[in-house]
Amino acid sequence: MALKASEINESVRWQDLTEGLKIFEPGTSKQFCTGEWRTETPVWDQEKCKQCLLCVPYCPDSSIPVEDKKRKDFDLDHCKGCGICVKACPFKAISMREGQ
Amino acid sequence: MSENRLYTEPVAGIPDRMSGNEAVANAIRQINPDVMPAFPITPSTEIPQFVATMISNGVIDTEFIPVESEHSSMSAAMGASAAGARTLTATSSCGLAYMWEMLYVAASDRLPIVMAVVNRALTGPININADHSDSMGARDSGWIQIYAENNQEVYDNFIQAYPIAEHKDVMLPVMICQDGFITSHAVENITLLPDEPVKAFAGEFEPEHYLLKKDETMAVGPYAVSKYCMEAKKAQAEAMKRAKDVILEVGKQFGEMSGRSYGFFEGYELEDAEYVCVAIGSACGTIKEAIRALRARGIKAGLLKVRVFRPFPAEEIAIALQNAKVIAIMDRCEGYSAQGGPLAADVMAALYRAKNQAEAFNVLYGLSGRDVQVEDIESLYAQMQQIAEGAAYETYQYMGLRE
Repeated sequence: MALKASEINESVRWQDLTEGLKIFEPGTSKQFCTGEWRTETPVWDQEKCKQCLLCVPYCPDSSIPVEDKKRKDFDLDHCKGCGICVKACPFKAISMREGQ
Repeated sequence: MSENRLYTEPVAGIPDRMSGNEAVANAIRQINPDVMPAFPITPSTEIPQFVATMISNGVIDTEFIPVESEHSSMSAAMGASAAGARTLTATSSCGLAYMWEMLYVAASDRLPIVMAVVNRALTGPININADHSDSMGARDSGWIQIYAENNQEVYDNFIQAYPIAEHKDVMLPVMICQDGFITSHAVENITLLPDEPVKAFAGEFEPEHYLLKKDETMAVGPYAVSKYCMEAKKAQAEAMKRAKDVILEVGKQFGEMSGRSYGFFEGYELEDAEYVCVAIGSACGTIKEAIRALRARGIKAGLLKVRVFRPFPAEEIAIALQNAKVIAIMDRCEGYSAQGGPLAADVMAALYRAKNQAEAFNVLYGLSGRDVQVEDIESLYAQMQQIAEGAAYETYQYMGLRE
């Protein structure tokens, strides 16, 4: 019996996977935490941040959530630690630290 | 130009004559599939040519996609099939080799594409003639493989392809194989079926899920980490096992419609045979001719002609060979394993598991279009008789070789 993507985890039997691993729901990549690949982690300094939002479009993984026209802290479940946001920030409000 | 024949459609049920490529084109005409991406390569080129001609003449309304390579034709076929279209393509030799990575994806994505394979040697040395090295190389790609001895069989097999591929228990792509030039270009007697029953037999492609389905989102071919790949492969392997029952059922139903039933293999004078050739494809006609002469002399010669190579009917072949004393397994494909060819590897394994004690050896023949003559086969049966009397033999030998 084929399960929904949200029901699939690493203990699921082969009989319960969809045919050809096809996925019949949208947006399922949100459910998969790919941030574990990261070797460096961005740190957001809220004092220095002017909410200019320049970092947001530069993030290749949509890992800087925005609500009410203001950025929130990083989505570390999906951030790969590339550091592009550090370069994009004109106010040095983002720095990288080693490790996850 | 035999192309003209397609302007005046053959009359069903009346014996006719045409090439194997034209026979496949007529099956395609009767089925009228939705999409055909294809790239020309000898000796399969005529098939897309015939189809394109029929489309331009308004005989069928298949969407033909001229692509820039076979890698593209298989990619386009996968896209069309995933979108929900009944899809086919045709290729040979290096063209099939150029599809390699996509063959595996088509199978693992469970897309029931049908491909007319006109078997031709893989280079090198560079050569355009018949042998099975192209499709045999793809034997582990997850495609069902069905081979034909003659034009009638390749026509019949093509009509059975979609009901097998699209069966809900299967959902796997199918290769319908015939020998390059020997059957693809040689004009033989054939009897076509009427259009309507063929259309009804092939039915319509009605997949449960497809990309263009209204109100359903769908992603095909997602990345799978190690924690999921083995489970996916097991599910695919089980579909290949289930294909066995479906192939038999479709072969039986085809027989009810046409009077020609099909199984995994054909036994010719096999039941009481002591000396048996196991072979695939057009050479089986030559082997049958040799058997008729040998039987007239009281020699118990027989043939097991393998039709379905993937899934491999190991248990059934072992049972059919249980009374044989000597078995010559014939490969039209060098495997370079230092042990012999692919058919022999699978048949030997089947015999071993069935604890069959027959003397069995592998004969490489007909490579790159080398002619196979009745005399060659008679010599082979003579060798089998000597082996039965205790003569030593090589388990991996060539037939028709200058040495």
